Amino acid sequence: MDGPLLRTNQLVKLYTMGDSEVHALDGVSVEIGGGEFVAVMGPSGSGKSTFMNVLGCLDRPTSGEYYLGGELVSALSGDQLAAVRSRQIGFVFQHFNLLARTPAVENVGLPLVYQGVASSERQTRSLEMLAKVGLQERSHHHPSQLSGGQQQRVAIARALVTKPLLILADEPTGALDSHTSLEIMGLFQELNRQGMTVVLVTHEADVARFARRILRFRDGKLVADEANQQVDAAAELAAA
Amino acid sequence: MNSFQLLRVALRSLAVNKLRSALTMLGIVIGVGAVIVMIAVGAGAQARVEEQIRALGSNLLLIMPGSTTAGGVRMGFGSGSALTEEDVIAVNREIPEAIAAPALRGSAQVIYGNTNWSTQIFGVTPEYLDVRQWPLSSGRNFEPAEMAGAGKVCLIGATVAKQLFGTSDPVDQVIRIKRVPFTIIGVLETKGQSLMGTDQDDLILMPISTARTRVVGSANAAKQRSVGTIWVKVADGLDTKPVEEQVRLLLRQRHRVQPGADDDFSLRNLQEVMSAQEASSRVLALLLAAVASVSLLVGGIGIMNIMLVSVTERTREIGLRMAVGARTRDILGQFLVEAVTLSLIGGLIGVALGVGTASAIASFAGWRVVLSPESVVLAVAFAFGIGVFFGFYPARKAAQLNPVEALRFE
Repeated sequence: MDGPLLRTNQLVKLYTMGDSEVHALDGVSVEIGGGEFVAVMGPSGSGKSTFMNVLGCLDRPTSGEYYLGGELVSALSGDQLAAVRSRQIGFVFQHFNLLARTPAVENVGLPLVYQGVASSERQTRSLEMLAKVGLQERSHHHPSQLSGGQQQRVAIARALVTKPLLILADEPTGALDSHTSLEIMGLFQELNRQGMTVVLVTHEADVARFARRILRFRDGKLVADEANQQVDAAAELAAA
Repeated sequence: MNSFQLLRVALRSLAVNKLRSALTMLGIVIGVGAVIVMIAVGAGAQARVEEQIRALGSNLLLIMPGSTTAGGVRMGFGSGSALTEEDVIAVNREIPEAIAAPALRGSAQVIYGNTNWSTQIFGVTPEYLDVRQWPLSSGRNFEPAEMAGAGKVCLIGATVAKQLFGTSDPVDQVIRIKRVPFTIIGVLETKGQSLMGTDQDDLILMPISTARTRVVGSANAAKQRSVGTIWVKVADGLDTKPVEEQVRLLLRQRHRVQPGADDDFSLRNLQEVMSAQEASSRVLALLLAAVASVSLLVGGIGIMNIMLVSVTERTREIGLRMAVGARTRDILGQFLVEAVTLSLIGGLIGVALGVGTASAIASFAGWRVVLSPESVVLAVAFAFGIGVFFGFYPARKAAQLNPVEALRFE
């Protein structure tokens, strides 16, 4: 496709709280190309989560445009947004959000259920993704039988199973220890090297240093957009 | 997502919470079971009443001597001027649509060999069997000669036959009633209990002339031709009401009752009594079913309650499903199918429980129960409807969640 993978133009998100209006996003314009690894940083209340919700088509901006893969998605209806999420976006959350008492392979296959993919194909593709994150041995374990790092790997496999345009990760290491965090960041870097676009939301500089580009937010505005000398998580893990 | 996948997702969610699902179902199980049992018991009672009505004959009029008033003191039925055999003859002659048969009642100790039995004696005419629609299981009816000559013959009821003869054949045997030997010429078929619960088969029939002279006696010479009651059968297919009026008019004329004065006899239309009985049994059946439906309704509210709790508890799961591409109708469908699955499975278990309980009631308590396929289909359909009705609100609540807030929900 021509042009950037996603482009926002003067995004504004307004919340009304009693009499006062809060600009969660205040005129954010940014372009992210295919294959980038972007970290979105900022203190809490800076608007980075709202930005991520809009990028993830979970929320609609009050004004401004958002193009994803050349399509104007900021004007779509709720069910059309669901279709965009289903086909083009993979989510990774801080608390994994896996279905309890459900085997890993079925957790991974969940997005395919909503695409109407047949059960046998779901199984094949889910196992393939679990192998990709190094969990093929644990495909029938329930989340409660997996460690935090393994659970996040299952969640990443779930994000990948629909072959999305980009992966949105919201504080993916927030619930993990530093060693496991390095493993997960290494996995994101590996996926990025294979061509996947990754957008990471974090408030930790420690995590953001693994990205190649950092967007800094403050008070709903994009205040800095800088390239970053990427640190190799795998090398750091080996050194530790 | 197609409906089959919806069902799979719903079943998986229910299986994850087995105990809760089972307890929620219990309300519907009990509700459906109760509806089926109550309908079966109600229908059984109704069938019993209808059977008794058929046994008695619904096109019957019953005439009994009326009451009199003497100096302001009102006497009971039977104190009035007697009904007579002439009244019977007059009804049979004047009203072709009706057949009248008299009965004169007494009681006596009956002896056969070394056994004896106390029973009721009825003096009747041969028309009695036709009027009461009471066939013979063996033997024959009275003959005109026996009527005219006060023959010492009798017909016995099934209970009397059993008490005196056990399993052997009573026909042509001789029994003694008040020291007079009577030949049994036939046995009546079993009629069962009356609506009041008395055994209708515990009786002996004999010619009315014989009964008057040999058994009932005639203490009062003036009442020599009197009879106790008169049964009137209205011809099949005719409305009993006009015939009842004809009979009333005829008897008033014969008894010289002044216009405006009360009847000196009591005339009851059994069809009306019966239809009242039938109506009350139908109301009872309806009431039973209604009470049982209330428990089904309560079960439905239980489903709604649990589904609401479930939606709140699984808010993050709903948020996640939305994030990975579930549309509004996928979420709505999932929770609706969960509710309907709960109520349907509960309904099917309830059917099994209800049928089992109804059969147990029938065999242990000896009640008549009627299990109809309609009631089963109705109960299951009702359970399905309750699942849809009470599942819709929680499902809509789930489907309308905002994905951002749902994902952030703690």
